[in-house]
Amino acid sequence: MNHAAAASSDHHYTATGLNTFKLGFWTLIGSESLFFASLISTYMVYKGESVRGPFPSDVFNIPLTSFSTFVLLMSSLMMVLALAAVQRGDRKGSLLWLFMTALFGSIFLGCQAYEFTHFYHAGLTLGTNVFGSSFFILTGFHGAHVLMGVIWLLILWVQALRGQLGAKDALTVEVAGLYWHFVDIVWIAIFTLIYLLD
Amino acid sequence: MATAEATIQSGTTAGSKTGLWSWITTVDHKRIGIMYAVTALVWFLVGGLEALLIRIQLAKPENDFLSADVYNQIFTMHGTTMIFLVGMPIAVALFNYIVPLQIGARDVAFPRLNALSYWIYLFGGIFMNVSFLLGAAPNMGWFGYTPLTTEMYSPGLNADFWSVGLQILGIASIMGGVNFITTIINLRAPGMTLMRMPLFTWMALVQSFLVITALPVFAVALFFLSFDRFYGTTFYNTMAGGDPFLWQHLFWIFGHPEVYILILPAFGIISDVLPSFTRKPLFGYNMVVYSGVLIGFIGWGVWAHHMFATGMGPIADSFFSIATLIIAIPTGVKIFNWLATMWGGTIRFNTPMLFCIALVAMFTIGGISGVHHGSPPADLHQTDTYYVVAHFHYVLFGGLIMGLFAGFYYWFPKVTGRMLDEKLGKWNFWLFVIGSNMTFFPMHFAGLLGMPRRIFTYAEELNLATINQIITVGGFLTGVGVLVFAWNVIRSLKKGEIAGNNPWGSHTLEWATTSPPPEYNFAELPEIRTREPLWDGISSVDVTGPPKAPIHMPSPSFWPILTAASINLALILMMTEKWWPPVLGVALVLLCVINWAYEPASEH
Repeated sequence: MNHAAAASSDHHYTATGLNTFKLGFWTLIGSESLFFASLISTYMVYKGESVRGPFPSDVFNIPLTSFSTFVLLMSSLMMVLALAAVQRGDRKGSLLWLFMTALFGSIFLGCQAYEFTHFYHAGLTLGTNVFGSSFFILTGFHGAHVLMGVIWLLILWVQALRGQLGAKDALTVEVAGLYWHFVDIVWIAIFTLIYLLD
Repeated sequence: MATAEATIQSGTTAGSKTGLWSWITTVDHKRIGIMYAVTALVWFLVGGLEALLIRIQLAKPENDFLSADVYNQIFTMHGTTMIFLVGMPIAVALFNYIVPLQIGARDVAFPRLNALSYWIYLFGGIFMNVSFLLGAAPNMGWFGYTPLTTEMYSPGLNADFWSVGLQILGIASIMGGVNFITTIINLRAPGMTLMRMPLFTWMALVQSFLVITALPVFAVALFFLSFDRFYGTTFYNTMAGGDPFLWQHLFWIFGHPEVYILILPAFGIISDVLPSFTRKPLFGYNMVVYSGVLIGFIGWGVWAHHMFATGMGPIADSFFSIATLIIAIPTGVKIFNWLATMWGGTIRFNTPMLFCIALVAMFTIGGISGVHHGSPPADLHQTDTYYVVAHFHYVLFGGLIMGLFAGFYYWFPKVTGRMLDEKLGKWNFWLFVIGSNMTFFPMHFAGLLGMPRRIFTYAEELNLATINQIITVGGFLTGVGVLVFAWNVIRSLKKGEIAGNNPWGSHTLEWATTSPPPEYNFAELPEIRTREPLWDGISSVDVTGPPKAPIHMPSPSFWPILTAASINLALILMMTEKWWPPVLGVALVLLCVINWAYEPASEH
């Protein structure tokens, strides 16, 4: 079965030499970039347009968000270590770093949940003003992406626990890593443009 | 390893699986292509019927055949159907069937994802049209301007169906775009370099890039609308600081690339059909490729020419006007390339060729009126009149539909093994040409005389009755043309002349294999060395016959249809206006995706 086989398998000839699954995923990330670009642009367009408060300066807690941003950045480092461990065939390392990545992602989500609740109590809801709408929908979609990533990592972790995640599966982990880093980069853009830029 | 893969041994005919279940679980790009085509043609009949209802209503002044409300629903659904349920999917049908064959691949890159796209599209289309049964079809125009579409001005279910339905269809398109880009970049046969690819495949590639970049912007605009309507956000609510133009910008940032998403496949078809019927290679292949890519790029910088009448100011108007006039250049380049291809060729006037000639002529007319409204002062007079309706029907009917019909007549023999009847084909062609010109040409005059679009009737004193009667007659002639086509297909499926592998003497790779091709497309392929492999030495003998080694094909799967159903469900549940039902729906989607990922089919 080494030649002329199903096109989607990774160990076969491709015109560019790139793996098909990875290329497809890059394409999807390209599409997702436009999705987040539209959400971020909307937030920027609506900056200062809210007719009543609370306004961003009333509710943003920069130290807390800096902390969660730092956690998410660190999770990308864990992801790199997880991939390296899987590629080495190091089961212990794979388990540790996959778990740590998912854990750090979850801490980020926890911070976001806390932030949302805090904003809600300060009187900012989806329908309060355009700040509330564009902020919650943008960060909400980002948070949903992080959640998907955490679930994906936990599934890989369970797979590793059962001893089914060897070096031959490195590609799957690599693509999960692509996704994770992408979600992380989107957050860096959000943190800079939405929280830091005044 | 590969336990669930269907293995095609030498001499067996694994492509002969039949029955409903085999279609539901199929991942074969050819079967999915056929399902796309049949579904899109059914919607074409529905959308055409809606057009005829519009024409009956407008056939005389002060007509009361349709009420104003029903008329609004009919013209909205005509536009929405023709663009999202017909124009895009029919192109995808042809991509599905033809592109893997043209590049010498066994299937698309992600066969199950391909099936997923189809099922999402099918269910999404049905969902949108179910609204008719509730008497609440979308009724605010196919570009759904806010604030008209907000809860305050459209309280009914109409706009709900529209925003949710298009969200569903957008997902199918994005998945398809990812699939085709990956397929075309990665699955080309040895020797099939980018600059040897057939033009149809090239335009599929450019179009897919536009799809994956434009559709997410629309998805965001639609999410805002849905959330405004269901969950009380204030994106389009001016009272809370919302900008009424946000929707227009987001919509047209998607909407103008969408125009090229619709037309580029037709450009690809004609660029492959013309060489076959003129017996010479396409004139200026490189220029046609580059101008197609250029159209893709500039197509992103012209969106606000749909918004000149909103008063954006002279700087924005000038920028978008200039960009719009510039995009006419690469389009004009293509027209001249096609003319030069025909020039001095040994032309055979078969039906596909006739449709191509009609495309060149009618698209040029539509292109020229497009340049007219590219100029803001002229556009201010033409906006929202029948002049605009005339323009985009010339490019969409005269360009897209003529091109797609050229494609149908051209590739029907490859798909079915039988030819479409030439005599009926010519009837079809002449009814289309005469009918559509009779419909759309007088619309220029109606528009310049002041007839607004989207108004369900008009006063007798406007003296528009005669023009409208001519238009209506033309519309019905076109409708008869569609019936002739339907009859031609039904008849030819049984009685059509047997086609053989390459009935037109064409040059591209899909004509090397049998008609219809075996499940695995080619037994084996020699290295591709030229742009016209079949004119330069590759013969059917090389690529057909029993495979010499076992070929592994992806096995059927029912996860695509289940995943599609749950994606539809998750989005439709937004209509409950509670947050937890769609979340449950998403959980269901996740469950399907996990099962999908661990299905042994395409893993090694």
